[in-house]
Amino acid sequence: MQDAASSWDWQPGERVILDSVTCGKTHQWQEEPYVASDGERLAAIVRLEDETFSMCVNGKTWESSFEKLWKPCFSPDGRLVVIAQQDGEWSLAVDGATWEEFYAYLWHPCFSADGSVIAAAIQNDGQYGMSVDGTTWSNLFDNANEYAISDNGQSTAAVVQTEAMAAADLAAFRRGVYTVAVNGEAWKNTFMNAWTPTFDAHGRKVATQVRLNLYEYSIAVDDAVWGQTYNCVWEPRFNPGTGEVVAPVRIAGAWGMAQDGKTIWDPVFFQCWHQQFSTDGKVLAAIVAPTFGEFTVAVNAKPWSTTFPVVTELTLSTDGKRAAALACNNNVDWQVVVDGTPWRGKYDMAWKPVFSADGTHVAAKVEKAGRHAVLMDGKAYKRDFEHAWDPVFSPDGSKVLIRAVDKGTFVRIVATLSDFSSRG
Amino acid sequence: MGIQERLIEDVGLREGVSRLNEDSIQKTVNAVFQGETGARLKAYAEICLRCGMCTEACHFYLSHDKDPTYAPAAKVKQTIGTLLANGGRVSPDQIYSMAQIAYSECNLCRRCVHYCPVGIDTAYMMITMRRICHKLGVTPQYIQDTAHSHSATFNQMWVKDDEWTDTLQWQEEEARDEFPDLRIPLDKEGADVYYSVIAPEPKFRTQLIYQAAAILHTAKIDWTMPAEPGWDNSDMCMFTGDFEMMGRLKRKHFESAQKLKVKRIVMGECGHAFRSVYDVGNRWAGWKHYPVPVVHSVEFFWELLTQGKIKLVSKYPGPVTLQDPCNIVRGRGLGDKLRDVIRILVDGDIVETTSNREHNLCCSAGGGVINCGPPFKNARVEACKAKADQLRATGVKTIIAPCHNCHGGLDDTVHKYELGMDIKFLGDIIYQCMERPEA
Amino acid sequence: MYDIYNFVTGPLVWVSFAILIFGSIYRLGSMYALAKKKDAVSLAYMDWKFSFRSIFNWLIPFKALGWKKNPVLTVVTYVFHICLLATPILLSAHIIMIEESWGVSWWNLPDATADIMTILVIACCAFFAGRRLLQKDVRFLTTGQDWLILAIAALPFITGFLAYHQLFNYQVMVIAHVLAGNIMIAAIPFTRISHMLFAVFTRAYIGSEFGGIRRAKDW
Repeated sequence: MQDAASSWDWQPGERVILDSVTCGKTHQWQEEPYVASDGERLAAIVRLEDETFSMCVNGKTWESSFEKLWKPCFSPDGRLVVIAQQDGEWSLAVDGATWEEFYAYLWHPCFSADGSVIAAAIQNDGQYGMSVDGTTWSNLFDNANEYAISDNGQSTAAVVQTEAMAAADLAAFRRGVYTVAVNGEAWKNTFMNAWTPTFDAHGRKVATQVRLNLYEYSIAVDDAVWGQTYNCVWEPRFNPGTGEVVAPVRIAGAWGMAQDGKTIWDPVFFQCWHQQFSTDGKVLAAIVAPTFGEFTVAVNAKPWSTTFPVVTELTLSTDGKRAAALACNNNVDWQVVVDGTPWRGKYDMAWKPVFSADGTHVAAKVEKAGRHAVLMDGKAYKRDFEHAWDPVFSPDGSKVLIRAVDKGTFVRIVATLSDFSSRG
Repeated sequence: MGIQERLIEDVGLREGVSRLNEDSIQKTVNAVFQGETGARLKAYAEICLRCGMCTEACHFYLSHDKDPTYAPAAKVKQTIGTLLANGGRVSPDQIYSMAQIAYSECNLCRRCVHYCPVGIDTAYMMITMRRICHKLGVTPQYIQDTAHSHSATFNQMWVKDDEWTDTLQWQEEEARDEFPDLRIPLDKEGADVYYSVIAPEPKFRTQLIYQAAAILHTAKIDWTMPAEPGWDNSDMCMFTGDFEMMGRLKRKHFESAQKLKVKRIVMGECGHAFRSVYDVGNRWAGWKHYPVPVVHSVEFFWELLTQGKIKLVSKYPGPVTLQDPCNIVRGRGLGDKLRDVIRILVDGDIVETTSNREHNLCCSAGGGVINCGPPFKNARVEACKAKADQLRATGVKTIIAPCHNCHGGLDDTVHKYELGMDIKFLGDIIYQCMERPEA
Repeated sequence: MYDIYNFVTGPLVWVSFAILIFGSIYRLGSMYALAKKKDAVSLAYMDWKFSFRSIFNWLIPFKALGWKKNPVLTVVTYVFHICLLATPILLSAHIIMIEESWGVSWWNLPDATADIMTILVIACCAFFAGRRLLQKDVRFLTTGQDWLILAIAALPFITGFLAYHQLFNYQVMVIAHVLAGNIMIAAIPFTRISHMLFAVFTRAYIGSEFGGIRRAKDW
């Protein structure tokens, strides 16, 4: 996306993209707005007078309209994607044109990192699987959940049910009827449960949480289960540098981190999850609770000294030298915490912090008293908005793109670092 | 008298104990005692004076001709007490009996807490027994199947991913006949309210989703429902003793809400799910309090009605009585708000049952007991006799019960004891009596 | 006989109190250590206000639902505990012995009152024993430990009563009384009488959970 961003308009200043975010065509109602990453387009579902639905993009509706539209979003490469129903069947509409293939149901659109590949979960005749750019998996299953697509878009995966089960059939469940299917091909081993299949950086290998029986959990990588089992595990992640797999594991009631079945973080935490690597794989950070009820971030197993009742949205800078996260108490008093130190302000809500490519700056969107603001390095942009979207750094990190709606106008602001005052 | 004379045949329990022997039992029991319990269990076991004060607290005892083996302390004695006394070494048949007591003869309602001078929490002892049974693989078939559904689909009724959103869209479509611009907004980021339900709603009781949508729409609430798993707030794993899955469910639920950046979760009229989010599941995950506030329907309706967001065109004809759901009244102090809401909605008196508010008698369905399914149904409804007597004594025709399990349990009770009473959710009445928005 | 008397009223008292004090410290300390290690989640919810709220409300007779629904037992329980604690502490004979040894003394009960209170304790114990034998639910629950602590509680009063009224052999009875008293003191930390030590904490804990999390009274 950073590559794509280099071609965007980074001329500092404010540009009004839409004088009015209200759709130009008469309609019964207009739904929530979505904006493209580059800030040049704003889209919303509209219910037209003839009781059909269409997408309104920058004030103009698509030529096509549908029985139903839901879950609109812009792909990373800027295409407008929405789930669409026609003649009672479902497909994905991309920039106004649906895939050729229609399904009994379609949901969970997902993208390769660059957005060039779009996949979605589908169901036909009670059989479940995925469709990639409109091409259905060659095998479908009795059920599927937990869909995933590799960053390069070459592979898709899901947890699938390999055989039908009668009602309340404890024996079948105990035997294991779930596994992971990659590109529609199910693994040979089946498990009691499998969750969160995830790809390596090249989209070749898949790791997943597995439950072997009611009490033993482990990680399976390409159909091979780690030699070690645990009280519980959470989502595995591939080290982008080495291809090793790490996952939080629960040993004797406490959480630590294991890599390929060997403990690398001692099980000393009350909780440990959402781990992520730096791009080179040398830094591993996770959200942890050193004691009950107190959460923080641990970087290479070392927790920050400050703790909070709740921590979410951990983000590492590309080089892994810096980490940011959000903290709150009871879903209010949100704070942006960078490298263990919270920024001064407390907010009604905050969104995932964003690092500049070189890791020198952090920005985040926050909400206070119903108004959205954009913060950078703890300082607020000079005005606030009715609605703003996550800030985006220019590739060189010197500017911040703010996409916002205020007083009914959609604006695109390229802010320089000096546009952020210390107002908080 | 005694558990041996009332054993109920259940496939899950029978097959479970068939895999056990005394050695394997002892190993597992002691692993739980040593690994998972501590001062709390030790103190409770030591200082229970065997005074019998708690006996009268239990509706199982009251409904079974004062059979002493149903007394709370007696249930502890026959389960955890026996395990402690024998160093965890008991026979598979004994485990069968203990499982039946722990899963089907205690609703974990905690009424006995109000009777114990030394503050023993019998529900904790029973849930510890269930934890041991889970670890031994001895759980009633139906509730275990529910736990399996939770782990496979993150909801308790095997609702598949597409069936969920499809059902919401169907209810939205239905509701548009009545409310032309009604929406059930899916995955709307930043909404004030995330509305969460339990899986029986999309599976069997879709009218509850319809009603909720109608109420939220009429009250002009900025709300959403999640399109992905995490929407089901229910938690039978909490009741089977599968705490790892319980934690997984709560993580999924709360992260689903956190991902949508909502201000709070509003949940339907359910009791056990509420217990799971404020009291139990959150703790396993490490959150001292829930990470996203969860507002029970009773409290939410109270807000809507007292703030004038919902206005009534009529009132429901009273008098009525009400069922205080253990998990929201004894468990969360919503007794006053529940009565306020009923007073607003009903034209007529509230006739209280003899035992009310935090002293209320359980419906006998809670704590996972109704989820143990048909094999245990008769025993469950028999245990509701004391409640039925109190309900009959009110002399009214309507019971308001803001909890799914209470509904299910009381439905069977009203039928068996021929009480001739209607059971209503608050949502039923609000939907029926509220002023519709002008089209 | 005199030697035995000296021994039971001298070194044995020291031993009994040492067992009581150090035993109690050990029991409370090890229980707290265990709680910190294994029940951190429970400890996290302990709250002073709600602890005392619960303790206070449960100290009032007939306030809690359990007291209300067991009226006879409630009266007996209060009478028993008050007399059990007050009689030995406020008994003139005990105070005189302490004054002789330590030079400190305090107000004492008239002997006639103490005698009635002693009889009350014995009567209460008889009532408890009767419940254990005759009341179905209590009989089902009763174990050897329950008879043991009942005997431990009753014996000092029975022997004290007999000694005071000089029934049977006075000297033997006095020695038996002192011995029984010592046993009771020493038994506190290591029998079910330990509810004297732990009940305040279990009460405080359930009070904290009900007050802080469940927002409901627990009485």
